[in-house]
Amino acid sequence: MYSQALDQHDRAAPDAEPEAALARFQARIDAEEKIEANDWMPAAYRRTLIRQISQHAHSEIVGMGPEGNWITRAPSLRRKVALLAKVQDECGHGLYLYAAAETLDVSRETLVDQLLTGRAKYSSIFNYPTLTWADIGAIGWLVDGAAIMNQIPLCRCSYGPYARAMIRICKEESFHQRQGFEIMLTLARGSEAQVAMAQDALDRWWWPVLMMFGPPDGESQHSDQSMAWKIKRFGNDGLRGKFLDATVPQARYLGLSIPDPALHFADGHWHHGPIDWAEFRRVLAGGGPCNAERLAARRLAHAEGAWVREAARAHAAKSADALAAKAA
Amino acid sequence: MAAEADSRLWEVFIRARNGLAHQHAGSVHAADAELALQAARDTYTRRGEGVSLWVVPSAAITASDPAEAGTLFEPGTTKPYRHPTFYAVPDEVGHM
Ligand SMILES: [Fe+2]
Ligand SMILES: [Fe+2]
Repeated sequence: MYSQALDQHDRAAPDAEPEAALARFQARIDAEEKIEANDWMPAAYRRTLIRQISQHAHSEIVGMGPEGNWITRAPSLRRKVALLAKVQDECGHGLYLYAAAETLDVSRETLVDQLLTGRAKYSSIFNYPTLTWADIGAIGWLVDGAAIMNQIPLCRCSYGPYARAMIRICKEESFHQRQGFEIMLTLARGSEAQVAMAQDALDRWWWPVLMMFGPPDGESQHSDQSMAWKIKRFGNDGLRGKFLDATVPQARYLGLSIPDPALHFADGHWHHGPIDWAEFRRVLAGGGPCNAERLAARRLAHAEGAWVREAARAHAAKSADALAAKAA
Repeated sequence: MAAEADSRLWEVFIRARNGLAHQHAGSVHAADAELALQAARDTYTRRGEGVSLWVVPSAAITASDPAEAGTLFEPGTTKPYRHPTFYAVPDEVGHM
C-alpha cells in the first residue's frame, strides 16, 4: 500500500513535545509549504482530511446516480455520448479522490464501508431526483458550476495529494458545465413546453444548489481550523456569493427566472433571499427525497460486484503461484 | 556463468518543487533502497533539481506495451465531446 511503503522512510512523529511539533507544522502551512503523505501531521489534520476527501469521493460516486438515470433516454446521440462521458468523468473523480484519501493511511474498503453503512456523508444535492431531461441541463450548469466554485480553491489546499487531485478534476469540470448550459440554452430557445421544462428544472434545483456551499460561516462546524490549516481558503458565504454573481447573469441570458423574490443587486454583487436551512439539515440527515434510493443503489452495486472482486483476487493468486513456479 | 548481481536497478522520481508531483528522472543501480536514494541524490540532483526523491525497484514496475499504444489509447483520442470546446457557449455568457 502506498502510504505504508512511504512510511518505511518516514521518521515517525518527532519526539519533540506535541506543542513544538504543532507549531512547526503550522509554520510550514503558513509558509505555503505543501504537506505530503509521508510528512508528520497532527492527527486532527489527518482526520479532517480523511473525512473531507472521502466525503468528496463519495459525492462524486453517488452523483453518478441522478445523471445516469437519463443516459438511456437522452434525446439524441450527441447528448447521450456527452452524458456518458460526463458520468465516466465523475467516476474518475471519485477514484482520484479515494486514492488521495488512501495516502493518509486509510483503506479503500474502510471508506466504502462508511458510505454503505450510512456513517459517511456525501453532498446533499444528490438526494434530489432528476425528473425531466432539463434536470440534466440544470445539473451540469448549476451543480457542476457550484462544484467548480468550491473546487478551484481546493487546488491550493495544503495537502499535496488532494491539491493535485483537484487540479486534475478542475480541468475536467469545464466540459461538464458547458454541456449543461448548452442543454439549457437549447431548451430555453425551444418550444413553449421546452422553456417550461427548463424553468421547472431551475425552480427545483436553485435552492438545493445554493445549499451546496454549506451553512453560513457563523454556523459551519469545521471552518475555522480548516482555514488555519489552509484546507479551506474561503468561507461558505463568500463562495456562494461568487457563484451567485457568475450565475444570475447566465440565467438572464437564458431568459429564465430565478425562484427568489428577494434576489437583488447591491454594492456590485447579487444577494439571495433566506435559505431554508432546515431543509438542508433534513436532507443531510437522510430525510431528502432520494437518500434511501441513492444508498440502496450503492449497496446493490457493491453486492453485485462481489463476484468480480472475488474473481480478481483468485486470478491474482493464481498468477502469483504461476510466477513462483516459474522462478523455482 | 555471470557473476551474481551485487546491485539492482531502481527508478528515480524527483519532486521538482513544493507541491508538484514526483516525476520520473531516470534510474540508478544500488544494492538496497537506502543506497539507491544516495545514488539518486548524487546522480540526479546535483543542481537543485528537487526537494524530494523516490526510488522504486525497476522490477516493481509493470508497463504497457509500446507496440499496443495505438489501440490502448485510441478511445481517448476519438471523443471530442470530452472537451469543453465541443459545446457552444455564446461569447456574451462569458467564461465557463
Ligand atoms: Fe466531479
Ligand atoms: Fe462534474
